[in-house]
Amino acid sequence: MNNWPYSGTVKDHFFHPRNFLQGDESDFAADGVGEVGSPACGDVMKMWIKVRDGKIIDLKWKTFGCASAIGSTSMLSEMVLKNGGMKIETALKITPADILKKLGGLPQNKIHCSVLGDKALRAAVENYLEKKGEPKKKPSKIICECLGVSERELDLSVAAGERTFAEFQRKTKAGTGCEKCVAKINKLLAKKIDKYSDKACCSFCKKDCLGKTSRTND
Amino acid sequence: MTKNQKLIYLDHAATTPLASEVLDAMLPFFREEFGNPGSIHAKGQSAKNALEKARQSIAEILNCEAEEIIFTSGGSESDNLALRGILKKGDHLIISEIEHHAILHTAEILEKNGIELTKIPVEKNGILKIEKIEKAIRKNTKLISVMLANNEIGTLQPIREIGKFLQKNHPEIIFHSDAVQGGGILDLNVKHLKVNLLSLSAHKFYGPKGVGILFKKKGVKLNPQISGGNQERGLRASTENVAGIIGCVKALKLAEKSRDEEFTRLTKLRNYFVEKVLTEIPRSRLNGNAEKRLPGNANFSFFGIEGESILLRLDFEGICASSGSACTSGSLDPSHVLKALKIPHEWLHGSIRFTLGKSTTKKDLDFVVVKLKKIVQDLRKISPLV
Repeated sequence: MNNWPYSGTVKDHFFHPRNFLQGDESDFAADGVGEVGSPACGDVMKMWIKVRDGKIIDLKWKTFGCASAIGSTSMLSEMVLKNGGMKIETALKITPADILKKLGGLPQNKIHCSVLGDKALRAAVENYLEKKGEPKKKPSKIICECLGVSERELDLSVAAGERTFAEFQRKTKAGTGCEKCVAKINKLLAKKIDKYSDKACCSFCKKDCLGKTSRTND
Repeated sequence: MTKNQKLIYLDHAATTPLASEVLDAMLPFFREEFGNPGSIHAKGQSAKNALEKARQSIAEILNCEAEEIIFTSGGSESDNLALRGILKKGDHLIISEIEHHAILHTAEILEKNGIELTKIPVEKNGILKIEKIEKAIRKNTKLISVMLANNEIGTLQPIREIGKFLQKNHPEIIFHSDAVQGGGILDLNVKHLKVNLLSLSAHKFYGPKGVGILFKKKGVKLNPQISGGNQERGLRASTENVAGIIGCVKALKLAEKSRDEEFTRLTKLRNYFVEKVLTEIPRSRLNGNAEKRLPGNANFSFFGIEGESILLRLDFEGICASSGSACTSGSLDPSHVLKALKIPHEWLHGSIRFTLGKSTTKKDLDFVVVKLKKIVQDLRKISPLV
């Protein structure tokens, strides 16, 4: 079929999704459960994991989502479960970009749908660690619920010299879901830029230097 | 879809196939009748005669005068010309909130440039209440634009009633209707509709793409938006698309000939289809008023699943439909029309529009129901909401 908007791999995973949860949730007896997104955004992803000796040995998912969400999560589940399962730390290193590569790409406007599986996996791991009572890193506040983008990501963006919402969005896809967070993030961004600008960023200035001079060598 | 599979096209609101009689009527105007209607020589005059004859034919169908017809490049241009050509800074414009983007976006752009804009909400059945328009009228209301039939849910708006009310109480207000979805299937008599401006597009009634019509009642002052020539009585510059216009006229004439029968046939088929889908597929709903809608339109929502997924699975079975879900819009926003109906989110994103047409048979629809039922079942298996 030539008139298909997605790659052959996406199509295969869309028509034959791997590892989605069949039957009752309680029968699976998961060690960790994560859910991201909301019906308002048109995307919900739920993920269940089983962990043995720090390894994810089984993983199931369900989604209220489009072909991108289905295809990319199905692919993610295969990547994690390959060769008997992945170590948690390794699994958490999988990025949306890795999944995209395996899928043979996605149309530009569909990329935001593909990050859901990845976010749900992180949520499931956090839930597992929490249940286990392991000291987990204090989670950063989520500023975009739909895409699960945290405030820390915004901090990193500002620290990297980015000054516009558009730049931040390009990187994180924040605000591309229900868009309710956009105004709030913009405000927060302005605050953070302000805060950043208070500190002298180089030996010549105290204020308003950012954006005018290159900070990369300071 | 796969090779040798029968294609079931149920997206006639998006576009329709060109009728073969229409193509036959157009062909000479690509070949021997290539003249520019603006030329004084024989080739030009021959094209001009054909063009004016075509204009006369449209005028007869719309029950207006030939000089009240402006040919454009399509429905969007007609809508743009109506709004931009009428409104000046400080004027007030009233539209319905479920207008096609050609009206909606144009109105929003004009608002940024100093036009006052009021968007009238529709009821949950997708139909506008005329009282809400009456209440919105101000001293500086210059133009009211309400579509004849909605492109997504097919609901019919009370154009005649609005027109009657305006003629009686506010004859100074100009009344425009985007009738693009109604062409060839609804009554386009402008005396019945009581409109001052009306937009049409040829490719919605088995004519060619790239041809539209704007009816402009005599006396309505319109500022041209394309300059550089005296075509269309100075209201739209550009050498006329003679072949396209001939095709547009032929298509509308053909559609008009069997309009009543086709309306009845499609209504019956559609009702059959809707009933079957709603009974066979649990947690399904029809969006928009069940009766006051275009005869070929069936817009459903299925709880807990996403529209794009349904569309792609349908496509694989050779069934062409469309969706108002965020994931198919390219903008990540679900359709403004479905949002206006206040449909809950779990339903909103699982909307599918089927629009029936000339080639649609009962057998096709039976096949669609079987496939659709299975697809909804499958997708619900992987949905966390079900």
